[in-house]
Amino acid sequence: MTGPRTIVGTTGDWELAIGLEVHAQVATQSKLFSGAATAFGAAANAQVSLVDAAMPGMLPVINRAAVDQAIRTGLALGAKINRFSVFDRKNYFYPDLPQGYQISQYRHPIVGAGELRIDMPDGRTRVVGIERLHLEQDAGKLVHDRSATDSHVDLNRAGIPLMEIVSRPDLRDWEEAGAYLRKLRALLRAIGSCDGNMEEGSLRADANVSVRRPGAPLGTRCEIKNLNSVRFLMRAIETEAGRQVDLIEAGETVHQETRLYDPQRNETRAMRSKEDAHDYRYFPDPDLVPLQLSESRIERLRDSLPELPDETRERLIRDYGLTPYDASVLVADPDAPRFFEAAAHGHSGKRVANWIVTNLFGALNEAGHTLAESPVSAPDLGQLVGLIEDGTISDRIARDVFDEMFRTGASPQSIVDARGLRQIQDTDAIDAAIDAALAANPGQLDQYRAGKTKVLGWFVGQVMKATRGQANPGLVNERLRQKLDGAGKA
Amino acid sequence: MPSDLARLGVVDAADRLAAGDCSAVELVEACIAAQEAARNLNAVVADTAERARAAAVHADQRRRRDEARPLEGIPVAVKDIFCTEGVATTACSRILDGFVPEYESTVSARLWDAGAILVGKTNMDEFAMGSSNETSRCGPVRNPWSPVDGPSLVPGGSSGGSAAVVAASAVPAALGTDTGGSIRQPASFCGVVGLKPTYGRCSRWGIIAFASSLDQAGPLTRSVADAALILEHIAGFDPRDSTSADLAVPDLHTALQGDVRGLRVGVPSEYRLDSLPSSISDLWEQGIAWFRDAGAELREVSLPHTRYALPAYYIVAPAEASANLARYDGVRFGARSMGTDPDELYTRTRRDGFGEEVRRRVMIGGYVLSEGYYDAYYLRAQQVRTRIAEDFRHAFQDVDVLLTPTTPSSAFPEGAKTDDPLAMYVNDIFTVPASLAGLPAISVPAGLDEDGLPLGLQLVGRAFDEVTLLQAATVLEAAAGTFRPPAMAA
Repeated sequence: MTGPRTIVGTTGDWELAIGLEVHAQVATQSKLFSGAATAFGAAANAQVSLVDAAMPGMLPVINRAAVDQAIRTGLALGAKINRFSVFDRKNYFYPDLPQGYQISQYRHPIVGAGELRIDMPDGRTRVVGIERLHLEQDAGKLVHDRSATDSHVDLNRAGIPLMEIVSRPDLRDWEEAGAYLRKLRALLRAIGSCDGNMEEGSLRADANVSVRRPGAPLGTRCEIKNLNSVRFLMRAIETEAGRQVDLIEAGETVHQETRLYDPQRNETRAMRSKEDAHDYRYFPDPDLVPLQLSESRIERLRDSLPELPDETRERLIRDYGLTPYDASVLVADPDAPRFFEAAAHGHSGKRVANWIVTNLFGALNEAGHTLAESPVSAPDLGQLVGLIEDGTISDRIARDVFDEMFRTGASPQSIVDARGLRQIQDTDAIDAAIDAALAANPGQLDQYRAGKTKVLGWFVGQVMKATRGQANPGLVNERLRQKLDGAGKA
Repeated sequence: MPSDLARLGVVDAADRLAAGDCSAVELVEACIAAQEAARNLNAVVADTAERARAAAVHADQRRRRDEARPLEGIPVAVKDIFCTEGVATTACSRILDGFVPEYESTVSARLWDAGAILVGKTNMDEFAMGSSNETSRCGPVRNPWSPVDGPSLVPGGSSGGSAAVVAASAVPAALGTDTGGSIRQPASFCGVVGLKPTYGRCSRWGIIAFASSLDQAGPLTRSVADAALILEHIAGFDPRDSTSADLAVPDLHTALQGDVRGLRVGVPSEYRLDSLPSSISDLWEQGIAWFRDAGAELREVSLPHTRYALPAYYIVAPAEASANLARYDGVRFGARSMGTDPDELYTRTRRDGFGEEVRRRVMIGGYVLSEGYYDAYYLRAQQVRTRIAEDFRHAFQDVDVLLTPTTPSSAFPEGAKTDDPLAMYVNDIFTVPASLAGLPAISVPAGLDEDGLPLGLQLVGRAFDEVTLLQAATVLEAAAGTFRPPAMAA
């Protein structure tokens, strides 16, 4: 087992401390305080209500469905659900913020402390503290490329419900940060409170990064804003930590500030320092009454939760004998456990999981498909594993069959039948092929007999080649060994 | 005679219309003519004559078809703070120049649904910030009680235009809004009835916000019965306003017939200011005597935190206003003063668009919410507010209504207090406590001072007990009689 990564500087090792603030778009039909739609990709300003545009006299009304999703998410994080929470106004001017304030939750968030467990590829498990989760509205966006002189405002996003999920600075390196974001996304998608789509901006992270000598108190942190992929998050943290180490080792100090990550140049740049930070003048929004949650509402929402990824993972390990790593990879995709269980019905779970994790995910990734778009169905993948298990085809042939399944969507049985790929189990046929190979290669036969037993493998290859891969490799091995060793004795 | 028709109150006009003694067209024409004749008051800022005439024709048609609604054909003027669909609405601020709402406020929509007709949008202090109607960008309103050849007296504010147009008998009723006294104080200055309902009784949807936790719509009329009838039609739960109360609206009009014998009337000792003019303290004593004569029981009560009410109000209201007015940024609607970047656009738009008093309150509001001052000002003011509400709750254990003066003076000359904001703020000293506690309160004309200017007495009731409040108000009205400006008499 290895520990978290450190930065090796010229003066020694540096440890990282990372906290993430994740903004997750709540999966709702309508906005947090208005009835306008939230669908992605609509024409500019097509989904803007009078409330979203902050027309005079308009008032916000809380969307109960968004509150429910925040509560469900809090429950899934094992967090404290605050029976009393308050919406505050966060005041600042920006053209994409029609009200001149964002409605958020500052002093009394809806969800308090919780935790999220992450599993690292090296087998380590970490429990990351969640400080709070609160609801807030998104802003619109500025459009600068429609005109050389004017900027335009698109308010479709204005008022979309977001959950801000704030972790404690418990993450120790960029890989843990990446694992945390992936795990959080899997959890949100499993319970359906956020679609987790980072390309469409449904999930974005701000990373608070600081470095320190091992065991020392936390250093001064910088916040990197708006990271919209796991890869950028990880690279940004690694880059920023390196920058901070360089600064300190050069005798300078890290200033608390907000920075932006530039993926093209792989560097972070200062956006604004603490000194010119806004005074947001938070105060309770008098247009909204405090949220008071009943026990029955919370219990109803608790009952609505599906099996959570950690529970699924434990069950897959327990019931199917999966390795912890394969189980973790499967639960990271909310569709994968169901796919796996459908495919594994009547087959070796371990083998099926391996096929999904290694072959199917690889092919999907390469083709840019999600599991839901997979051309290979779960029953077909199970059938393929079944064909391997009953010796009809070899692992190697199975990979060819899989490629064709992925390309054409055909069932493995039909491919095997159509292409005559059935494995040769007939010992007479195999013996004939072995005899032919031995007869054709007297030199190699002599080498074997002289003690170069490695030549056995070469003969297996010759036989497989002669049978176009269809001979059962186990049988070939067994019969060849018998023949060679038997002949030697004779 | 048209002018006689304009002098009718709501109840009388409704009776005449129902009896077929006059038509809606005649009534509306009479009010249009009376408003034209009273043009020098500058009480009306948006001409709605053409719409009103068309609506009157429609009202008469409905009546002929036996489809008359309760307020069918009744003209009502509306403060320019209510968004009225298709009619310019500016809150008498330059920054809303050219703003024509595409929507109707809930309260005004309810009036029109009950058959009433919009006849005139009325002048007001800019964004309802003022106690004299002198902060209006449409210019000051002349109090109809001003001496014919003497200087203009202010009508009070901020609903100065509504009070003046009703006092001048140019419409039977007008809508106003009351944040710290903006209905009651002008009602007192103009000798009319002004009712501020319980906070939450009427929807705030579509009313341009000044201070959201205090703003409340209500009627200004020439009789208590008229105020009750209008309130009955504007009150009620609105799902679009989270702070509106989901309570049934009692039959207020008929409730007025009740008996006040045994009613416990409280007289708060803290309202006996040394600085109170004798005309006002004498009138207050007179009011106490009237109640005693009517069979009510008078009790001295204590509201110990009264003296903190005004300072607390002038922290809470500007704080909320500073955020509520942030949406007037020149980006989406209203006036815009161009700049080369967003900050310059905001600065210019808001400097040019807001008047001095509005700018002052926005700055005070920003200050009391800013980091380091929040606890000392805003939070403290909210604590005071809680104490004040407790004072009232405690007092209402022993009494049913409270009787106080409405204002510390009668109408003063234009310009008398414009250079001294604090002197201006003191106008609200008797009205602000009930506002902070969210309680219903009414100003009833009770007498004239030594200059022949009207003075009102205020009654404050329990939350959502407008019935008792209005019953008590009829006692004052019956004893005091009604008052008409001398110029309007004859």
